[in-house]
Amino acid sequence: MLISLFIACYNDTLFPETGKAVVSVLERLGHTVEFRAAQTCCGQMHYNTGYRPEAVSLMRHFLEVFQGAEVICIPSSSCVSMIRDHFPGMAAEAGLQNEVAELLPRVYEFTELLVDKLGVTDTGATYPHTVTLHTSCHSLRSLHIGDRPQRLLRSVRGITLVELPASDQCCGFGGTFAIKNAAVSTAMLSEKMQCILDTGADVCTAGDNSCLMHIGGGLAKQDAPVRCVHLAQILASGISDSKILAS
Amino acid sequence: MSVHVGNSETAATFPQAAKELLGNAQLRQNVRRATETIRNKRAKVVAEMPDWEDLRNSAQQIKRNVLRNLDTYLEQFEARCAEAGGQVHWARDADEANRSIIGIIEGHNEKEIIKVKTMTSDETRLNVALEAAGITPYETDLADLIIQLGDDKPSHIVVPALHKNKTEIRQLFLEKMGLTELGTQPEDLTAAARSYLRERFLRVKVGFSGANFAVAETGSVCVVESEGNGRMCVTLPDVLITMLGIEKIVPTFDDLEVFLQLLPRSATGERMNPYNSIWTGVTPNDGPREFHVVLLDNGRTKVLADPAARETLHCIRCAACLNACPVYRQTGGHAYGSIYSGPIGAILTPQLHSMEHSQSLPYASSLCGACYEVCPVKINIPEILIHLRQRLVESGDTTALETLEMKVAAFAMASAGRLGAAQKLMRIGQPFANMMVPAWTNSRDLPAAPKETFREWWAKRT
Repeated sequence: MLISLFIACYNDTLFPETGKAVVSVLERLGHTVEFRAAQTCCGQMHYNTGYRPEAVSLMRHFLEVFQGAEVICIPSSSCVSMIRDHFPGMAAEAGLQNEVAELLPRVYEFTELLVDKLGVTDTGATYPHTVTLHTSCHSLRSLHIGDRPQRLLRSVRGITLVELPASDQCCGFGGTFAIKNAAVSTAMLSEKMQCILDTGADVCTAGDNSCLMHIGGGLAKQDAPVRCVHLAQILASGISDSKILAS
Repeated sequence: MSVHVGNSETAATFPQAAKELLGNAQLRQNVRRATETIRNKRAKVVAEMPDWEDLRNSAQQIKRNVLRNLDTYLEQFEARCAEAGGQVHWARDADEANRSIIGIIEGHNEKEIIKVKTMTSDETRLNVALEAAGITPYETDLADLIIQLGDDKPSHIVVPALHKNKTEIRQLFLEKMGLTELGTQPEDLTAAARSYLRERFLRVKVGFSGANFAVAETGSVCVVESEGNGRMCVTLPDVLITMLGIEKIVPTFDDLEVFLQLLPRSATGERMNPYNSIWTGVTPNDGPREFHVVLLDNGRTKVLADPAARETLHCIRCAACLNACPVYRQTGGHAYGSIYSGPIGAILTPQLHSMEHSQSLPYASSLCGACYEVCPVKINIPEILIHLRQRLVESGDTTALETLEMKVAAFAMASAGRLGAAQKLMRIGQPFANMMVPAWTNSRDLPAAPKETFREWWAKRT
């Protein structure tokens, strides 16, 4: 299957390892990955902060870039949620209803793609660490991602999965909220970090690097002994891939 | 028109107020404990309802119908209420409502009133107006009494004194009720409030109430409560004045069936409220001899005029969104600078004001969606928060720096070439990044920019 990767702007810029891991997992499963280099951003930051015309322009660009792509894989629940929840509303005013309607069924969050479309719960990974899973708000309440991440993680060899208490609580990131309301955001983060530390895990994972950047940034500031790693990187661990090794 | 929403015109911005409240460890502990208790109770009694989603959908449909035909239902209510011996007054804004109410009380030469379901009157600052007119209001809802005695502000829509614990309340009662002795148990505190209030229930001739619902087809008014003090207020006095926001109308008596299931389970985690009072006009030799209803607009028709935010008026004030909100959990209600706090306050207060005030409120949310998930009338609060942010941006009420940043980001994201250039710039700027965003880096490290972006890696790979 030819799978088109939308990497997400912040993954592209700050977390390229996540993108490499997605490529590694999909290629190992026998699929071909394409990366349309004209891609930029889904427009979520602009939309959520109130800059709707800018978000509409970014949506238009997204639609042009992914025209004709049969399957689009996105390793970020929040971008998928932006596309599913907000593109239809903006499409009406931009006269792009047909384009958006055609796009939506082709968009998959990474774990949705693996479990639902490809029927895979074992990626062949090995990851000998104690891991706790943070459920991002977008994956929980917008995508209703359910136990797809857990099913994938449970198949990983050597992993010890520990449950995160109060996993339905927001980590306090919320995009520009983390800056505009830094004090409240930090208080929310403190509770989340305490829950993570209480699990005794050495790795905290999630399907969204936005939450992980926030949580990981807080943990690093405290020199806490927990690392944040995107789910795709765990699912790619221990997989030998000549192309990746060569790079 | 002068729309007041309590004292929210002069309130500090949300980030300022929140920062201060975050330093109050006792308050934060009280808020966390109370909201967790209610949230867990709610979850339990909602889970036992197999038709909860159907009820939510019904409530949403009923409210949509009401708002589409509000004029018709209000006039129907007025006619039925009048037929049953009630008198209906229309108030465009807070001052008009307060003047009506004071006029009625003065017409009876009374100097005191007993009050229950007081939130809408907090919106119009009725107590301030009453006192200025030489009339003494007595709050009779236990929590509102605590607020009144402490010269405090409500911090929660259903549990206004939620920020106070038992010890703090005991101290307040000792000081303000002139008691020399008072036990430490909740029963002791309620017994003290009971004897304090009982004497006033029997003496005062004019009662005031808010309302949960008003029924257009019958002209009835409905109040639900837990203590029975509301029942006293609406039955004992000679004269009863009820004030309600115009959105409180439901078309038929049968519609109450839906809301009387949704409201108690969402609000207090009870299957049914202990006291459900429904009355229609006046009944000879039974209850008040004179009944007035004040129908309050105070900005509500402006909310109605915005199709993208109209469903804000679906709210039945259950406060489930407050208890579910991770932001409210940290700050409590005072940070919102309004009697309407939490997620619903963040969308309601600024809209009533037409966005003149409370402009920081639409940003007081991480958009996590927990509020929408628990809302019994399915108000998409995150979507309305975003809509209000858009209105603020359109009206130019944002900082020049933010607008510039957003424009620059949109410019950079418009093509992959520009994005690539911006990524290179970012790498050069990395050593300065920590200085540029202290709001982030005071509590969180920034991720180190990688040696190459994904697109650079991909370009080399193929």
